[in-house]
Amino acid sequence: MFDSLAEKLQATLADVRGRGTLTEADVSAAMREIRLALLEADVNFKVVKRFTNAVKERALGANVIGQLNPGQQVVKIVSDELTELMGGAARDLSFSPRPPTVVVMAGLQGSGKTTATAKLAHYLREQHGSSVAVAACDVYRPAAVDQLIKVGTQAGAAVYEQGTDRDPVKIAAWARDRAQSEGKDVLIIDTSGRLHIDKELMAELANIKLAVRPHDVLLVVDAMTGQDAVNVAEQFAEVVQFDGVVMTKLDGDARGGAALSVKEITGKPILFASTGEKIDQFERFHPDRMAQRILGMGDVMTLIERAESAYDEQQAAELERKIRKQEFGLDDFLDQMRQIRRLGPLQSLLGMIPGLGKELRNAKIDEREFDRLQAIILAMTPQERRHPELINGSRRLRIARGSGTNVQAVKQLIKQFDQMRKVMRQVSQGKMPDLGALMRQAR
Amino acid sequence: MAREWTDLFIVDGAGAPAPQPDPEPVARERLRDRFRRLRENMRKTRQALTSEIRETLFEDLSEETWERLEEALIYADVGAKTTAEVVAKLEQEATAGRLSGGEALSDRLVELLAEIATAGDDRIELRAKPTVILVAGVNGTGKTTTVGKLAWHLRRELGRSVVLAAADTFRAAGVEQLELWAQRAGVAFVKGPPGADPGSVAFDAIASARRDAADVVIIDTAGRLHTQDDLMAELSKVRRVIAKQIPEAPHETLLTVDATTGQNGLRQARLFSDAVNVNGLVLTKLDGTAKGGIALAIAHELGIPVKLIGIGEKLEDLRPFEPSEFARALVT
Repeated sequence: MFDSLAEKLQATLADVRGRGTLTEADVSAAMREIRLALLEADVNFKVVKRFTNAVKERALGANVIGQLNPGQQVVKIVSDELTELMGGAARDLSFSPRPPTVVVMAGLQGSGKTTATAKLAHYLREQHGSSVAVAACDVYRPAAVDQLIKVGTQAGAAVYEQGTDRDPVKIAAWARDRAQSEGKDVLIIDTSGRLHIDKELMAELANIKLAVRPHDVLLVVDAMTGQDAVNVAEQFAEVVQFDGVVMTKLDGDARGGAALSVKEITGKPILFASTGEKIDQFERFHPDRMAQRILGMGDVMTLIERAESAYDEQQAAELERKIRKQEFGLDDFLDQMRQIRRLGPLQSLLGMIPGLGKELRNAKIDEREFDRLQAIILAMTPQERRHPELINGSRRLRIARGSGTNVQAVKQLIKQFDQMRKVMRQVSQGKMPDLGALMRQAR
Repeated sequence: MAREWTDLFIVDGAGAPAPQPDPEPVARERLRDRFRRLRENMRKTRQALTSEIRETLFEDLSEETWERLEEALIYADVGAKTTAEVVAKLEQEATAGRLSGGEALSDRLVELLAEIATAGDDRIELRAKPTVILVAGVNGTGKTTTVGKLAWHLRRELGRSVVLAAADTFRAAGVEQLELWAQRAGVAFVKGPPGADPGSVAFDAIASARRDAADVVIIDTAGRLHTQDDLMAELSKVRRVIAKQIPEAPHETLLTVDATTGQNGLRQARLFSDAVNVNGLVLTKLDGTAKGGIALAIAHELGIPVKLIGIGEKLEDLRPFEPSEFARALVT
């Protein structure tokens, strides 16, 4: 299903190992495989050319030593370069010092704007506790307003609409005034899908921007878009100077090369990724995960991950000993969480492998939750981490203060940890626990 | 060179009902004239562009020629595999001296591409009564809009009576959306209660069509990713329900594919085909700048033909697929 690029490259570079460095011929051969892989991933043709030239520079003369074989080495260089290209300075939404922050969603027909509008509203409410309103400015598509009313309400946002007989620009302006007078923190304006070459509708979008003076204009792009992504992005950039991109339908198996193309050509960052049908399947964009996806690194544990894995033989033996002797402490717990978190980029791919079980498919680490747990654990002394039973009322208070959480949260963590220790004991006794239960207990 | 609607459908010879007139014939006439003029203009522009590009593409026969051709096809989303085969074949014929001059090369290229695009039977079966057409596809590819357009054309161009089934019971306001299209197209509409089983809506629609002796039932389904096993299983189930009711049904299963789709389109076509035996594609949103070359890759690798193309958001914006026109546009 997913041919490992690393394996293909290794076949190409089979006789390099003895030599120790990559020659021009080696690199050219490797670049051909990479070019094919990127084109297959729908990265724009021009961008592929530029990219492979840049990588060639880095790959030439690279030392082939250590645990990685030449194929893996090249893939690593490519992966790093891709990540750098798509990452750069991470950017969040731009928030206004004086509310409301106005966000405009734009894009082609069917890209997922309305769904993304509701998801963004939900995300902002959860992450920032913002009060959100959404505005229905798609007056053309049948039942578009109805759709936004339904999903917007589901997201807990106020829905502003004036039916389909009014000019979208006027509706947008009215919505902005209303959001202001109602004291909303954020107003998200959903617009109709439009072709980048439709002069009339592009002008309408520009007018909406003029009327509401948004802090963020987001271009919504379907992850399965092919070579045309560049044309679309260029035109939207020219007419409305969008600030960032939302990539949608990433729960499919499209490699998503459009992400790289759009970033390369317009320089605009990808801010969010929509990764499923449910309203909470919406997250900050992770460049490293996207890079791996574009490269089709779909093996359960890629060769590189294994080579780089912090979880080597020694650590594994040590952990086993700790569990057996019940010396498993909160530091180890944190370590485990970190390991599982690293599976992040592969979790959606894992879900596609038959036979691996539903448990792993649902084994998703809530980033915020993880950050909180980490903060609490780090606020403990090493002794407290080894012996959590020492933690009494005054210590709990100190830990709560030190981690910016509350006593309740600290209590809950210790309780969860105890439950987990019980499960770990079962493992050490030779019983295989339900991995799903493990994840759930760890929350 | 556009293909006629009557060519697209397989119908019995005699006794075809007369196309149904619209309530406002004069206004329609004016609108139709305007559109005909628009199409003429577009065709002229495209032809002009074609001869321009053809000249530069095959100006001189060098290594660059084949690289430029490769680039052009990749840009059209034809994909590396099919592109390589087409370029290799053309290069071979040129080297063997069978083709001389830019014009001959261009013509042969378009011929080759059109050949590939003509996979299997690109007509739609309409002889059964009622004919059941199942429409499926990934989210956002234009299923509901296509269903509305198809219904309108069936009524207007072929005088058929149509029933639309709102078997998309998942999407927020999905049923309302199709209902509006049914009204616009002037055709009957069947829906179920909120959250109903899509199979049961299809069943009801077909039963209703039989009762009222309707000619065609078109079943709109919810958008789904081909990677969602449970949803693909649901789609298979809908098909089974239909087949149980009428053994040869669905007589036509159309997959909507967005013309902007990249190589993932191949996986979509493959997996949807596994689930419901796709007969043909509707290539939508061809009014943008994307060429829809992925349809060529699908025809080439899976043998599934394009039957219809969508070229806008209005009722009229649907046309029978024409391989040569499509092939020429790919390299324009």
